Amino acid sequence: MNHHSTLIERLWAPIFSVFSISMLIFLVVPILVIVPLSFNEGSFLSYPLSGFSLRWYQEFLGSQEWMRALRNSLIIAPAATLLATALGTLAAVGLARGEFRGKGLVMAVLISPMIAPLVIIAVSLYFFFAQLNLLNSYLGLVLAHAALGVPFVVITVAATLQGYDRNFSRAAASLGAPPWFAFRKVMLPLIAPGVISGALFAFATSFDEVVVTLFLASPAQRTLPMQMFGGIRENLNPTIAAAATLMIAASAVLLLLMEWLRRRNEKLRGASPT
Amino acid sequence: MSEVSLTAIDHSTDKNASLKQRLLRAEGSYRRRSMLLIAPLLIFLLISFVLPIGNILWKSFDNPEVVRALPTTLLALQGWDGESRPDEKVFVALVKDLKTAKDEGQIPSLIKRLGYEDGRYRTLLTMALRKLPDDGVESTSRSLIAQSTLWAEPSTWRSIQRAGRTLTAYYVLAAFDHQVDAQSGNIVELPKGQALYLSVLMRTLWMALVVTLLCVLFGYPVAYWLAKQPSSRANLWLIMVLLPFWTSLLVRTAGWIVLLQNGGLINHSMIALGLIDQPLQLVFNRVGVYISMTHILLPFVILPLYAVMKGISPNYVRAAVSLGAHPFRAFWSAYVPQTFAGVTAGALLVFIMAIGYYITPALLGGPGDQMLSYFVAFYTNTTINWGMAAALGSQLLIIVLLLYWVYSRVTRPANPAQRA
Amino acid sequence: MFKKIAVLALMAGAASQVQAQQLTVVSFGGLNKQAQEKAFYQPFSKANNVDIEAGEFNGEMAKIKAMVETGQVGWDVVEVESPELVRGCSEGLFEPLDWSKLGDKKQMIDSAASECGAGIFIWSTVLAYDSTKLAKAPAGWADFWDVKTYPGKRALRKSAKFTLEIALLADGVSQGQLYTVLATPEGVDRAFKKLDQLKANIQWWEAGAQPMQWLVSGDVVMTSAYNGRVTAAQKEGHPFSIVWNGSLYDMDSWAIVKGSKNKALAEKYIAFANRPENQKVFAETIPYGPTNTLAIAQIDPKVRGDLPTAPANLKGARSVDTDFWIEHGEELEQRFNAWAAQ
Repeated sequence: MNHHSTLIERLWAPIFSVFSISMLIFLVVPILVIVPLSFNEGSFLSYPLSGFSLRWYQEFLGSQEWMRALRNSLIIAPAATLLATALGTLAAVGLARGEFRGKGLVMAVLISPMIAPLVIIAVSLYFFFAQLNLLNSYLGLVLAHAALGVPFVVITVAATLQGYDRNFSRAAASLGAPPWFAFRKVMLPLIAPGVISGALFAFATSFDEVVVTLFLASPAQRTLPMQMFGGIRENLNPTIAAAATLMIAASAVLLLLMEWLRRRNEKLRGASPT
Repeated sequence: MSEVSLTAIDHSTDKNASLKQRLLRAEGSYRRRSMLLIAPLLIFLLISFVLPIGNILWKSFDNPEVVRALPTTLLALQGWDGESRPDEKVFVALVKDLKTAKDEGQIPSLIKRLGYEDGRYRTLLTMALRKLPDDGVESTSRSLIAQSTLWAEPSTWRSIQRAGRTLTAYYVLAAFDHQVDAQSGNIVELPKGQALYLSVLMRTLWMALVVTLLCVLFGYPVAYWLAKQPSSRANLWLIMVLLPFWTSLLVRTAGWIVLLQNGGLINHSMIALGLIDQPLQLVFNRVGVYISMTHILLPFVILPLYAVMKGISPNYVRAAVSLGAHPFRAFWSAYVPQTFAGVTAGALLVFIMAIGYYITPALLGGPGDQMLSYFVAFYTNTTINWGMAAALGSQLLIIVLLLYWVYSRVTRPANPAQRA
Repeated sequence: MFKKIAVLALMAGAASQVQAQQLTVVSFGGLNKQAQEKAFYQPFSKANNVDIEAGEFNGEMAKIKAMVETGQVGWDVVEVESPELVRGCSEGLFEPLDWSKLGDKKQMIDSAASECGAGIFIWSTVLAYDSTKLAKAPAGWADFWDVKTYPGKRALRKSAKFTLEIALLADGVSQGQLYTVLATPEGVDRAFKKLDQLKANIQWWEAGAQPMQWLVSGDVVMTSAYNGRVTAAQKEGHPFSIVWNGSLYDMDSWAIVKGSKNKALAEKYIAFANRPENQKVFAETIPYGPTNTLAIAQIDPKVRGDLPTAPANLKGARSVDTDFWIEHGEELEQRFNAWAAQ
């Protein structure tokens, strides 16, 4: 019987590995397939490639619209990130301080932007912001994107706070440190990885967001994803591939940052007396 | 520095107060301060999220068009018995209202709204507006009825009354393929050609279910395989899960178009390999939507499952095997049950996200593959039927809220953070 | 140090004074917009020191309605199709135009100078196909339905407008009778019945670039398409052909969104776009017929034959009935959408 099982196992292991690796390849192929196209000479977004060229990057960099979209994304995403991170971190610290009645409900409200379907958020904000004079404005987009990013900050910071020993804050307080000082000098450095990874999540959320933007933005506030959405429908040419390649590079950077933070956090946790 | 720290309170409070009171007081101020920290975000979300969503729920009942355009008519109809032909004064009031409405640009929305009650009213009103009886005419009612006998039917006026209420069930009924019959006033099913939303709702749930099952089916073994790898190598493999997770949805969608279209990479290679003669239709249909949605949502199953599986000690399976169980059986009875909570949570999360999908089906599906979100957007943008958009949106929202409630029940024991 | 700040402040002040005015113009995207950029936006902004914020949309009126209703108007000039123009005009979504400010009304073709709109160009929905892939040239919409002779998918614009007309034309309804038939419930049923026959073979497009992309990639063998896109693809070397017989033409117009904060500038822009020399550039970039009668003579004769307004092309063509679509548009679009989604 033992012999029998090893035979199956022997066959099983490679099949299983092949399956898993092909699934992993399935995950990255649609992303990787874009990259060579951005260096393609031809003007259609399809294989086979017809020669190496940087013209689509020139097109991207030389296009007023793409540049405007890039600029807008780089204005809106950081602003939304800042707002979401500040509010989300404070709230997570508040939540971690203990139980109170209605905490479940509060938590549900704080997480809800992550759960509600985007189209519904978009349509609701569209009707609501119209009454507040926030349609077609940077402020409206920043508020909307911040709301979408908040749950990620709350969740990641709350998770980091689990590993935070509250005695540090108590020690600081007993030594006479005012709360803000204690927060900034004692708590924040320790939970920083969580705050930063929450901020990265919020940034990625805003930087990728297209549905809400489509409803709330006018051409002047067009963002990179909005420009891409128009491009995919209107004009599927390799400029999109160039933009996409740059966005992939950006997400790779985000990913590496996250990984680095995670390791740092693990180390810190190992060091903290929990 | 007006705030006092926790320990400072202990020194400054009344020495006579009992320890319990002091503790309670300290606890109270501590809790208040916790609330103060949460308050800014809560207020922010109330304004930029909760209120707008509440507003849309309200909009699915809101019914302003006829109230605004035909105030005198509705007033004149108040004394009407609902059975006979209304008095002359009702007809006069209607003509007066129509004239004012014309000047104020309310006619299109009025025609649109009454047209929902019965399509014939659209032509009826257009005709009446083309030849509105003059003020001096002997009998307004007669000249209107001469245009169309519909004006003589009580059901027409009952419809105006019904559409003239400040709140309406029209949109919510329509979202479930029902309507109030213009003739009888009863709630009836929509005729077959027009009924759509129940099937769209079913389709939405079905597609989300298929995607969820695919994600679990493919995600589970991959997560297991990754969890079995030595840590350093697993981290490298994980990059292949994390990269798509962090990459813009639009980039991935564009990638799928490149791969799946008729002249795309997949069809190209299969033809070159002699597997097929004719390109397969892989995009702008259900297949394309399933492939890309599974691709997008797969990391949401793999990543949490991986975390769960990393925490499972291999000793259980080893113990089972050493007790003589077949490895597969050992895996099934000693390992899989420990991952149930993780699978359920991941699957629910994927399902919740999948039923709200819009962009992916819009770019990679055909008209028969669109989910509820598409129709919300369609009514908002294309036909400007905002009541309908709101009603369909509310339908979707309520389903999501119910599922989220289930999700939070399922995940609660697994997440001690919320209890601590 | 203070001096430096003072200088900077002064410079900032001066900069804000000469800073260009902004005008937001929203049109149908793609090649159409590129041509507008070349013919209208760029020369206009150069001549008047105006920044043109160019947007694109698919003709949805919802944003315009929301902007006007809330008095928060972010768009100034929009390109609209005829039914939307007339409906929007009666709904008060567009500013009534003062033609004394928009150039010579007499130069414009009849319908191009209306209450709220200034015609930009005449465009046509035509049948297009890849001539290297079809053995026999299709002659009209009836052949579009012939899946035996021409196997493969076809593409149509995802809207009741055009699709229902095309179905009736394919079913043998004459151009003259088209809208009379379509105005009856039986006519509508007939159109949907005809569409049922082809439904499995139709791939629906929404943006004008899609059908061309699909012809190139071989996803479809025939398609309805905007004539300008087809000619542009021909210029790029694609072997596409146009069937003018049974084509449906309409006019696109500029309209000023009600409550636009830059109304005077918007009028100036429209006047600029109305001029024959600018319309000539537009038509030569993308072959849509000019609305200014003086422009036609200026256009390169080689281009003239590609315009929907060329006499040979008009022969089998039919104009889209604006009034019909205003009255029945919403009802039919809704029914069409329900039909397509099933």
